[in-house]
Amino acid sequence: MAHFSKKRGKAKPEVSTASLPDIIFMLLFFFMVVTVLRDGERKVKVLVPEATQLQKLEQKSLVNHIWIGRPVEKFQALYGTKPRIQLGDKFASEHDIPLFLEQHKIKVPEPQRPQITSSLKVDGDVTMGIVSDVKTVLRKSGQLKVNYSARPKQTR
Amino acid sequence: MARTSSRDRMKNEINAGSMADIAFLLLIFFLVTTTIDVDKGITVKLPPWSDEAPEVQQMKSRNVFSVLVNAQDQLLVRGELTDILDLRERAKEFISNPQRREDLSTDPKNAIISLKNDRGTSYKQYLAVYNELKAAYDELWDQECKKLYGIPYSDDLPTAYKRAIKDKIPMVLSEAEPTNFGEEN
Repeated sequence: MAHFSKKRGKAKPEVSTASLPDIIFMLLFFFMVVTVLRDGERKVKVLVPEATQLQKLEQKSLVNHIWIGRPVEKFQALYGTKPRIQLGDKFASEHDIPLFLEQHKIKVPEPQRPQITSSLKVDGDVTMGIVSDVKTVLRKSGQLKVNYSARPKQTR
Repeated sequence: MARTSSRDRMKNEINAGSMADIAFLLLIFFLVTTTIDVDKGITVKLPPWSDEAPEVQQMKSRNVFSVLVNAQDQLLVRGELTDILDLRERAKEFISNPQRREDLSTDPKNAIISLKNDRGTSYKQYLAVYNELKAAYDELWDQECKKLYGIPYSDDLPTAYKRAIKDKIPMVLSEAEPTNFGEEN
């Protein structure tokens, strides 16, 4: 008995913090994986419309984004207010889309290429003219899987 | 020899006490830069492009559900001005035709929805219309799925189930080339 009590008296009741770095690292890795670093600045104003029948886009690496909207104020002096297309981080016309798709495609492993989806992020106030032109180009370049990006509807 | 033994006793370890701080720093960086916005939208499959003009197919007019959206965002459904709120119900009734009416589709397999818009139609309205038509099909698939398998329809269903349902009620939505009205400059 004496032996035991002596040992107890010495020990300081402290929580071990040795696993703290591990826990923090775990959180860190979680956030590293879910993080999407913004690819370049938005040069067109895009507020996608609302819809209810939404589907999630699964693999981020298989998605390329085409933005369509009016240039933001900063660029209106240069590019006017007509709806424009943004590919990557620059303004583009629909003639640049095939090259853009090709550049994305070569980064994707071959077996997964049929699953590539184009995400059309189109501002709600844009008219269908430019959207139809983009759709035609997509069809001509064989990119048939398209996702009309939308926000979930709040009401209903 | 005595020297080596003393070195052995002294544990040469890097102090890992600051590891947590470094990890914290990185963690906070990623916390700040993270935007957990899942990309969502309506997935569609575009028809492949062909340079030849498509063959003119004569369909029975009872099997075609034509939806026209003009540059003023108004809807003309089978020749009638319609509100978008009624579109889903009308489309559902047209596809399934529960009362076997003469003017609605003969069978869900033969039903075709034809969508046409102007170049001046706003994208918002176009997507709203598309959403309603998709919703009509989704609701019918859901009904069919509950009837056949007793579970609601979802994308996680086994492929065989999904195929069986889509064989019964295939989604046929044909989009015509838009007309050149109301294009803004």
